[in-house]
Amino acid sequence: MSRGTLYDKVWEKHRVTTLPNGQDQLFVGLHLIHEVTSPQAFGMLRERDMEVARPDLTHGTVDHILPTDDQSRPYENEAAEEMMAELEKNVREAGIELDHPGTGDQGIVHVIGPEQGLTQPGKTIVCGDSHTSTHGAFGALAFGIGTSQIRDVLATQTVAMEKQAVRRIEVTGELGEAVTAKDVILTIIRELGTDGGVGYVYEYAGEAIENLGMEGRMSICNMSIEGGARAGYVNPDETTYEWLADTDAFRDDPERFEELKQYWESIRSDPDADYDDVVTIDGSAIEPVVTWGTTPGQGIGISEPIPSPEEFPETKQDVAERAQQHMGVEPGETMQGYDVDVAFLGSCTNARLPDLRAAAEVVEGRTVDDGVRALVVPGSQRVKRAAEAEGLDEIFRDAGFEWRGAGCSMCLGMNDDQLEGAETCASSSNRNFVGRQGSKEGRTILMSPVMVAAAAVEGEVTDVRELEEVALA
Amino acid sequence: MTEEVPSVDFVSGSGVPIRGNDIDTDQIIPARFLKVVTFDGIGQFAFFDQRFDDDDNPKDHPLNEERYADASVMVVNSNFGCGSSREHAPQALQRWGIDALIGESFAEIFAGNCLALGIPTVTTDGDTAREIQQWVEENPDGEIEIDVAAETVSFDGRTIDVEVDDAQRKALVDGIWDTTALMKSNQESIKRTAEQLPYIDDPTPRTGQADD
Ligand code: SF4
Repeated sequence: MSRGTLYDKVWEKHRVTTLPNGQDQLFVGLHLIHEVTSPQAFGMLRERDMEVARPDLTHGTVDHILPTDDQSRPYENEAAEEMMAELEKNVREAGIELDHPGTGDQGIVHVIGPEQGLTQPGKTIVCGDSHTSTHGAFGALAFGIGTSQIRDVLATQTVAMEKQAVRRIEVTGELGEAVTAKDVILTIIRELGTDGGVGYVYEYAGEAIENLGMEGRMSICNMSIEGGARAGYVNPDETTYEWLADTDAFRDDPERFEELKQYWESIRSDPDADYDDVVTIDGSAIEPVVTWGTTPGQGIGISEPIPSPEEFPETKQDVAERAQQHMGVEPGETMQGYDVDVAFLGSCTNARLPDLRAAAEVVEGRTVDDGVRALVVPGSQRVKRAAEAEGLDEIFRDAGFEWRGAGCSMCLGMNDDQLEGAETCASSSNRNFVGRQGSKEGRTILMSPVMVAAAAVEGEVTDVRELEEVALA
Repeated sequence: MTEEVPSVDFVSGSGVPIRGNDIDTDQIIPARFLKVVTFDGIGQFAFFDQRFDDDDNPKDHPLNEERYADASVMVVNSNFGCGSSREHAPQALQRWGIDALIGESFAEIFAGNCLALGIPTVTTDGDTAREIQQWVEENPDGEIEIDVAAETVSFDGRTIDVEVDDAQRKALVDGIWDTTALMKSNQESIKRTAEQLPYIDDPTPRTGQADD
């Protein structure tokens, strides 16, 4: 049993009681809702004649089904319009704030929480979305919940959960050139497996993590769930506080900031905390990672050969075989030179300002390969505006990228942005499951934003480090 | 207003095998079927892309087979239900007719979502899971009995020990798997907890005090 970790402390502070079934009832500090998973829960609430307990601690946005090109209402897609209208009705009735596109604050739920300062250390945060783990980057305890749990939270502002074990993952050393947070988390998932985190919460630590900005930490915590862990977090530090001080929540309220900072400091894991497991990963050995298969755990360094299915534990062999068939790859090859038809720069993993900046740097002065459809979908309207203020939109447009409105877009293909047929997508998103991007034959290769940029201009999977050498010559 | 939450201590019925490890929720219910504001009718879309090709012609899949049409116990392998947290996945299975799952292991959120619907996710070792799958294939009408309280599964005239997560078992057997009413009754403790949290300005909920 862990003791003295941030997880233990925040859990204990939010524990209302232990329920007869052995689960703990936890108070929820922030409940984020979006259009896809909340309508059914509001429906259940109505069936029971219950009201929303804490609209003040609930915050809504629209992201999954929102078109990223023409956003005039009613949306062309009827189902999308119906979901949006339902969300609007629900928040209006309950008095919940909603970041609809008209506010200028709309965006992917895991992007808007942090940028508005709603996400804070030591808060419990839930959302009907598995990537809620993202918010753990701030030292919050954040996890995705199902629809019935959303109903519980709406009705009571509490949720029933079982406490998990805590695994500390220490990433040591300095990351190499063009190696990003995305490469770190893909490496962690590869090493520990897509189900290695089941039953665990991940605490990310070590020099390589501490040196990351908040956006990088978010990319890492975001994909905890791809590693099977329901939540992941980084202990808050000066980097965290700097970000928070400049958010809506505290910009004009330094006193409140100082007051809460004491709390934030107090919930950091103790230096002598007990963990259920500790894993160390050498950050300096990581190179840019791409996936060769159809689960996020099937990643390799860009220069490494694709493993043969026999190298995997028995239970993973059939998955590996099916994946290689689907992707049309052979063991022994590298992924370099794999043809790409679509380049997608977006999602709650990698669509924040520094992601776009880094990708723009690669793209600048180059053009998207003729055979590639490339799109940038900023994580939020704020990210979009900030990027435009720096002229990033022009760099992308000049190179031949589409510059879209904010939303989930091709991360899951619920709006019109989808793969067609057997197209291959170089994607900065988090899931390469078959069919995820809207086409059953479609193929997704996960990678970092700079690697997506390199793939877009070359028309094939490319080691971005080599691309830069060419540029310098 | 208190609704009686039924105890789920025993499930029985014929089985349907779904073979494969790491079957994710995108397979169980493809994202394009999430565009619904209620779960009604979602059962027909379970495993849709595995069951139908692009022109909606049926493919080989157990859920398309007549002999499994009345199945209520799904037998799976490891890490079933990984991927997104969509409750649409167990909702689709339940509405298709599944009352319980047996498998080597289940993704956590998926198992939690199942529990919230009163669906047991019973685990056993990999060999046993495959053995039951094979038996079901040979005996599509054969009865499988899951005793949640005793943690046993009976099939083929024998009874084997299986595992049901402690909290899950208690919740199912005691009929406390629907947590809303239970948690709502703890108003005072909720308020006390909120009062202790430095970031909460107003510990008092706006509603929910007087109506129960
Ligand atoms: S961007 Fe993708 S992973 Fe993130 S919330 Fe949207 S659909 Fe989910």
